Amino acid sequence: MKLSVLAAGALAIGMAFSGSALAQDTKVIGVSIPAATHGWAGGMNFHAQTTIKALEERYPNLDFVLSTASDPGQQVSDIEDMMATRNIDALVVLPFESEPLTGPIQRVKEAGKWVTVVDRGLSQENIEDLYVAGDNTAFGRVSGEFFKQKMPNGGKIVVLRGIPTTIDNERVEAFQKAIEGSGIEIIGMEHGNWNRDDAFEVMQDFLSKHAEINAVWASDDDMAVGVLEAINQANRQDQMWVLGGAGMKEMIKRVMDGDTMIPADVTYPPAMIGTAIELTALHFASNMPMSGRFIISSELITKDNAASFYYPDSPF
Amino acid sequence: MTVESATSTAPRQGFRIDFHVWGPVVALLALIALGAFLNSNFLSYGNVTNVLARSAFIGIIAVGMTFVITSGGLDLSVGSMAAFIAGVMIMIMNGLVPSMGVGWGVILVGMLVAIVVGLAAGLVNGLLITQARIEAFIVTLGTMGIFRSLITWLANGGTLSLDYGVREVYRPVYYGGVLGVAWPIVVFAAVAILGEIIMRKTPFGRHCAAIGSNDQVALYSAVHVNRVRLMTYVLLGILVGVATIMYVPRLGSASSSTGVLWELEAIAAVIIGGTVLKGGFGRIWGTVVGVLILSLIGNILNLANLVSPYLNGAIQGVIIILAVVLQRQKKMER
Repeated sequence: MKLSVLAAGALAIGMAFSGSALAQDTKVIGVSIPAATHGWAGGMNFHAQTTIKALEERYPNLDFVLSTASDPGQQVSDIEDMMATRNIDALVVLPFESEPLTGPIQRVKEAGKWVTVVDRGLSQENIEDLYVAGDNTAFGRVSGEFFKQKMPNGGKIVVLRGIPTTIDNERVEAFQKAIEGSGIEIIGMEHGNWNRDDAFEVMQDFLSKHAEINAVWASDDDMAVGVLEAINQANRQDQMWVLGGAGMKEMIKRVMDGDTMIPADVTYPPAMIGTAIELTALHFASNMPMSGRFIISSELITKDNAASFYYPDSPF
Repeated sequence: MTVESATSTAPRQGFRIDFHVWGPVVALLALIALGAFLNSNFLSYGNVTNVLARSAFIGIIAVGMTFVITSGGLDLSVGSMAAFIAGVMIMIMNGLVPSMGVGWGVILVGMLVAIVVGLAAGLVNGLLITQARIEAFIVTLGTMGIFRSLITWLANGGTLSLDYGVREVYRPVYYGGVLGVAWPIVVFAAVAILGEIIMRKTPFGRHCAAIGSNDQVALYSAVHVNRVRLMTYVLLGILVGVATIMYVPRLGSASSSTGVLWELEAIAAVIIGGTVLKGGFGRIWGTVVGVLILSLIGNILNLANLVSPYLNGAIQGVIIILAVVLQRQKKMER
């Protein structure tokens, strides 16, 4: 492994001398994202691929290198390989985790490349040229406000959390703050890991444990699928409703159709990777200023506006 | 085999529980007592059904894994294989809906596909191990990655969902049952009982133990070592297919996150149950107990707010190690 990386590195140095004339015209943009390990990431992979395909047609002098990593270590290697062998001019990266990726991304920046960071901020400021992200605090707050509005007299709810990460913590903290003083009581909170099967089992156990549950914050549409199935199995459909999140097409369809168990959804669009790649491409294709921060807000989807969030062709 | 003779010759000191044999059962009973003490709903019909039904997937796979491990092998690919089979099954059933309509016909074809794909996948693993003579660990580590990538590719990185109409017909296979016992529990019980009989009463079961104990001696004793080994992987593949048949009607979907870490849960259940990881001795009823211990831990942690949910994994780890320590004491005394 080490040998092949070394060999590839030596090759790249050789190529850098011979290919320097060519590199002036064509700019290479590296895109490094986590692999499709859950529904949202699957949607994100889909949007990354479709955006790259569209941009390669639109700008013949832009080349793209896409790599997907299944853990932070692999992502670091991917980025090192891109620097060593593909001679990238820009890096669009959705970091697996903030801490382990901060150093490697900083070295890319120090080498004089353009850096776009997506969704998860780095642990040190002022490394990236462009930051494109969803708003996890808003995601939790919008969800909490919906509960408050839907349950003016308070009630008992259970919460399913995602994979233990900063993202999950920010969402849950904002949610708890939003429902403060509303009389809504969280009687159970467990990790469903953004996974349908885990959420199904956690919800089964919540239903065994609590005789009265008025609503569920599933906090993710994949988890909502498992939660709904567990509620159906227990025949308690008319006792509670479920709020997911992220904007999976099946869930938006149910909101659109006026399903009483799914009164709403909250967006956290996986297409934000497309926004980031587009803006990065524009930096090379135009003279317009592109550096800064681009925060995509989390919006509440209800029956009235669901149609404008419905993408039947997306896998998510 | 060697272990069995050791327990029978060991001196017994008056009234004492033989932990080597009964360790897993003691651990299971302790967990049940703890659960009942912590939450009055623990022993309710609904909760018992939930726990047994969700154990069924890992349980059915773990029965097959017991044969593989007893004969000195290992299969790391079963979780990915289950995801892959589920994906193929869903795609074929969806594809048949326009021509065959919605009904049991489509579902029976889907079930057959699951068994055939499972058999083929097991055969590939088995042939690479017995004919190409590659270490089981490496072969199944490789196929684990292959199956996982294939399901991600088939699902285009997203989720494959079963046609809504078919799903409604298929649903009772997980949620329905006979005489109040859910189908997954019935199938799990049937597989376990058959497995126990095969392991104890048939030449195949004895050959597995003989090969795991010492494959050279087994070879000289006229045991078809390669054929028996191959059969254990094929049997496991078929059982992964059976588990998938029970899994698909539950949520009607398959994605790259389906069946993640099932292989380790199945292997852990087998070892907790008293089967020797190096091979040579296996018991199916122990595996069943092991599977139940694993699912009860998760269930109890959800039912009682004992510790921070962040620590669930740690508690599971401690109980798994304790369950095995109980059995190993006997060996230390030797």
